[in-house]
Amino acid sequence: MDHLVMLISKYIMIFLFLIYTFECFHVFKFTENKEKQKSIYKKQRRNIFLLHFMGFLVIFISTLNPFIIGFYLMQVVLFSGIFLIYKMFYKKASELLLNNMCMFLSISFIIITRISVEKAMKQFMILVLAAIFSLLIPLTIRNVKFFRKFTWMYAAVGILSLLLILVAGRTSYGAKLSVSVLGFSFQASEFVKISFVFFVASMLEKNVDRKRLIITTSIAALHVLILIASKDLGSAFIFFVTYTMMLYVATENVLYLFGGFFSTFLGLFIASQLFSHVKQRIVAWKNPLSVIDKEGYQVCQSLFAIGTGGWFGLGLCQGRPDKIPVVVQDFIFAAISEELGGVFALCIIMICISCFLMILNISIEMKDSFYQMIALGLGTTYAIQVFLTIGGVTKFIPSTGVTLPLVSYGGSSLLSTMIIFGIIQGLYIIHYDRYIDNNKGSGTGKTNSQHVGGGINSESKYTLEEYD
Amino acid sequence: MSQNTHLKNMINKIKDFLNSNQAEVDRQENVKKSNKQYTVVMYIFFFMFLCLMGYFLYFQMVAREKYVNSPYNSLQNVMAEHVDKGKILTNDGRVLAETQISNDGTRKRVYPYNNLFAHVVGYDTHGKAGLENKENIKLTTSHDVMFTQLYNEVTQKKNKGDNIITTLDYDIQKVAYEGLGKFDGAVIVIQPSTGKVLSIVSKPDFNPNLIDENWKQLISSTDSVLYNRATQGKYTPGSVFKIFTTLEYYNENKSTYKDFKYRCRGGEAASNGYILHDAGNEKHGLVNLKTAFAESCNSAYAHIAKSLDAKGFTALCDSLLFGKDLPLNLETSKSKFSFNDNDSDFIKMSTGIGQGKTLVSPLHMALVACAIDNNGILMKPYLVDKVQNANGDTISETKPKKYKELLEQNQSGIMQEYMEEVVKEGTATRLKGQSYKCFGKTGTAQIADSDDTTNAWFVGYGKKEGYEDIAVAVVVEKSGYGSKYAIPVAKKIFDKYFNTKN
Repeated sequence: MDHLVMLISKYIMIFLFLIYTFECFHVFKFTENKEKQKSIYKKQRRNIFLLHFMGFLVIFISTLNPFIIGFYLMQVVLFSGIFLIYKMFYKKASELLLNNMCMFLSISFIIITRISVEKAMKQFMILVLAAIFSLLIPLTIRNVKFFRKFTWMYAAVGILSLLLILVAGRTSYGAKLSVSVLGFSFQASEFVKISFVFFVASMLEKNVDRKRLIITTSIAALHVLILIASKDLGSAFIFFVTYTMMLYVATENVLYLFGGFFSTFLGLFIASQLFSHVKQRIVAWKNPLSVIDKEGYQVCQSLFAIGTGGWFGLGLCQGRPDKIPVVVQDFIFAAISEELGGVFALCIIMICISCFLMILNISIEMKDSFYQMIALGLGTTYAIQVFLTIGGVTKFIPSTGVTLPLVSYGGSSLLSTMIIFGIIQGLYIIHYDRYIDNNKGSGTGKTNSQHVGGGINSESKYTLEEYD
Repeated sequence: MSQNTHLKNMINKIKDFLNSNQAEVDRQENVKKSNKQYTVVMYIFFFMFLCLMGYFLYFQMVAREKYVNSPYNSLQNVMAEHVDKGKILTNDGRVLAETQISNDGTRKRVYPYNNLFAHVVGYDTHGKAGLENKENIKLTTSHDVMFTQLYNEVTQKKNKGDNIITTLDYDIQKVAYEGLGKFDGAVIVIQPSTGKVLSIVSKPDFNPNLIDENWKQLISSTDSVLYNRATQGKYTPGSVFKIFTTLEYYNENKSTYKDFKYRCRGGEAASNGYILHDAGNEKHGLVNLKTAFAESCNSAYAHIAKSLDAKGFTALCDSLLFGKDLPLNLETSKSKFSFNDNDSDFIKMSTGIGQGKTLVSPLHMALVACAIDNNGILMKPYLVDKVQNANGDTISETKPKKYKELLEQNQSGIMQEYMEEVVKEGTATRLKGQSYKCFGKTGTAQIADSDDTTNAWFVGYGKKEGYEDIAVAVVVEKSGYGSKYAIPVAKKIFDKYFNTKN
C-alpha cells in the first residue's frame, strides 16, 4: 500500500512541477494584467507548498522517522517567513524570481533530506542564516548608492581570497576549492564571483577608454589565472565567460565576443594538454564506461542514475542516489533525475532559464549602467554555472565540479546564490522606485516616455514588476 | 581651530561621497546600453540551454539503454525488487529461462534445457551474462495489465516482468550442439534476409542451473568455459579468410582478375627463403582465381598477397567490420587484421591465407556470409523477436532492419559464384547433391607454430525454394581439416533446417 501512495505521489509531484514550470512562462502573456499575474503567482506559491508537502510525505512514509515531520514544519515556517517578509517589505520585488528561489530551495530540501537527514539539517541552519542575511540585501542595495566606489577593494578582496585558497586551500577531486574557517569549509570562489562582477561593473560603467580596458582585462585575467593555478577550471570558466559577456555588452564590440569564444576553445585545448586531471575528465567524458573503475566512475554512476530513472523516475526513496560520489553537491541533478524523473529534471532546467531571463530582464530595464552591468554579470555567472553542472552530470560536456545554485548542498554556494538573488531583487525595487519617481514628476523626466504603455523595448514582455 | 576645520572638511568629504548618488543618477540617464547586445547574450544562452535540453532528450530516448543495461549498473537490482524477472522463450515458445517461486516465497532462476542454451541465454547472478544480462531491463520491466499491477501494489505482490520471445530455434540449436560432439568450438546460424539469429552454440559449456555452486571452478578453469566463443571467440580464420583476400584482389584487378594464372607446385617461396606450403603439400597445378579459391590453394593466395596494396586491403577489411563492434546485442569481440607495406613477404603471405595476426569471431564470419548471400546488404542481426507482457500481449516487436551495405553487388556476386564452386568442385563437395543448394568456404587454421593442431572452419549459406536462406559459421577446435570436421556439423544444420522445417 505504501508503494501505491508513493507511486501516486510521484506522478502528482511531476504534475505539480509541470504546471509550475508552465506558469513561469505563461505569466508573460499577462504583462498588462497585473491581477491575473498576481493570481498566477499565488497559484505557484500554493504548488510549491504542495510539492514540498508531497515530497516530505513520501520521505516520512518510507523512513517513518518522526523527526522528518518536525523538520518539515520548520521548513514550512521558514518559507512562509520569507514570503511574508517579501510581502510586507519588498512588495516591489519580482515575485516570479522569489517563487523560483523558494521552489528550488524546497526541491533541494526534499532531495537532500532523502539522501542524508544530517546534511539537510546542516543545510537548513545555513539557509536560516543566509535567508536573514539576504533579506537585508535588497534594502541595502536600494539605499546604499556608493557600491560603485569600491572598485579596487572588490579587486583586492577577490584576488586575495583566491590567492589564499591557492596557498592554503584543501584539495578535493584534483582542485583546490576551499579553506576551513572555524570548522566551516569556505569556498571562496562562490563569493569572489560576486566581488568580481562588482569590480568589472564599476570599471566598465563609465565610458571605456583603452587604458581602462587593459587594466580591467588584466585584473580579470589575474582572477582567472589564479583559479586555473588552483585547478578550479569550472570557476575559471565561469569568470571568463562572465567577463566576456560584460565586456561585450559594455563596449558593444562584437569582436570581444568572438575573441572570447576563440580563447575559450584555445584555453580548453591547452588545459587538456597541460593538466592531468583535466585530461582524465575528458577521457571520462568521451567514454565513461571504458574507465568506470577509475576516472569514469562518477559520471557512470550519474548516467546509470539518470538513465534508470527514465522519464518518470524511480520514485522518491526508491533509487540509490548515494551510489554517486558527492551526489549532494555536484551531482544533485542526477539524484533528482533518478528519483523524480527526467520530466522533472527538464523542468528544473526550464526554471533555471526563467531565473536567468528575470535577471537579464532587470539588467535591460535598469537605467544605470553600473546596475545594468551588475545584473548582467550575476545573471551570466548563474546561467553558466547551471549549464556547467547539468551539462557535466549528463555527460553533455566534461564534468567541471560546480554546484547547482540553490539546489546543491553546500553553505558557500547557497549563501552566495541567496546574495545574488537578493541583489537582483534590490535592483527590481530600485527600478520600481525610479518608475514611480519619474511618474510623479511626469513630463519632466526624459526617461518617462520610454516607459509608457510598457512599450519599453522588444524585451518588455519579460517585464513583471508590479507598478501598482 | 584649524584642527576643527580639518575635521569639518573631512566630514564634508564623506558627506559628499555618500551623497554623490544624486550626481550619479543624473549621469546615468545617457548610458543605457542598446538592446542589441542583450539580445545576442540572450540568444547565446538560449542556444546553450536548448542544446543541453536537446541532449537530455536524446539521452533519455536513445543513449539511455547503453547505461541502463550496463552490468555495472547496480540500479537494475532496484527494479527487480518490484518485478519478478520475465521468461526467455524460443521462437516456438519453449522456456529457456524463468523465475520459479517456491511456497516460502524464495525465487530461483531456472533453465530447463541446462547446458544447451548456456551461453546465449547466459545467467542472472555473478554480474550476469548473455540475454539475461543484455535484455535485463526488458525482463524486469512490467507491462502487465494495469489492473493487475494495481492489485499487486495493494496486495504487495511483485509484478510479473515481460517475457522475451527470442529468434532461437530449439531444433537447430540441438543439432548444432550435438553436431560439435565432444569437440570444443562454436556454431552460429543466422537468417541473412532478416538477421534473425537461430542458434548460438559454444563449447565447452556449463549448466546455468548450477552456476552458483560451480562458480569458483568456472572462473578459474583454463579453457574459459563462460566465454561465448561464437560471439567473443578470437580465432585464426585460416582459409576462410581467402574470402577477403579474393575480394581485395578483385578490387585491385577488376578487369583482369579472370585472367589470373598460377602454377601451384605445393609451395610458394618468400624473399627470405621461407617456403609456405600447401596443406598436405598438395600440388594444385595450374589454377585461376576461382579454382584457387575452390581448392583453397595456399600457394596461389600467398603469391597474390605479396603484391596486394596494404592501404586498400586495410580499408576493405575495415569496411567488412574488422576492428568494429559487431552489431549483435550480446557480448562480442572485435576482429583483428593487420597488413602493412613494410611487413615481410612471409607475413604478408601468411596473412593472405588467413594465418598471420588476423583474428575473427564466428559471428563476424557468419555476418559476412549473410552479406554475400543477401547481395551485399547486411541485415542487423537480432535475438529478441518480441517482447510480451505476462498476459501474452505483444509490447514490442523487432522489425528486420538493414544494418549496412557491406559489399557492392558485383563483389557479392563473385563471392556467390566462387563459394558455389567450393561446393561443386572444391573442398566442400560433401555438401553437393542435397535437396538444398550450398555455398561456402572451408578453413583449416593452424593454431600453433610448433605442431599441427588445427581448428576446422566452415562458413557459408544454403538455400532452397520455399525456405528462407540460412548462413552458418562453424569452428571445431583442435580437430583437423575443415572439410572433414566442420562441414558435417554445417550439413546436419542444413539437413535439419531444409528437410524438416517449413
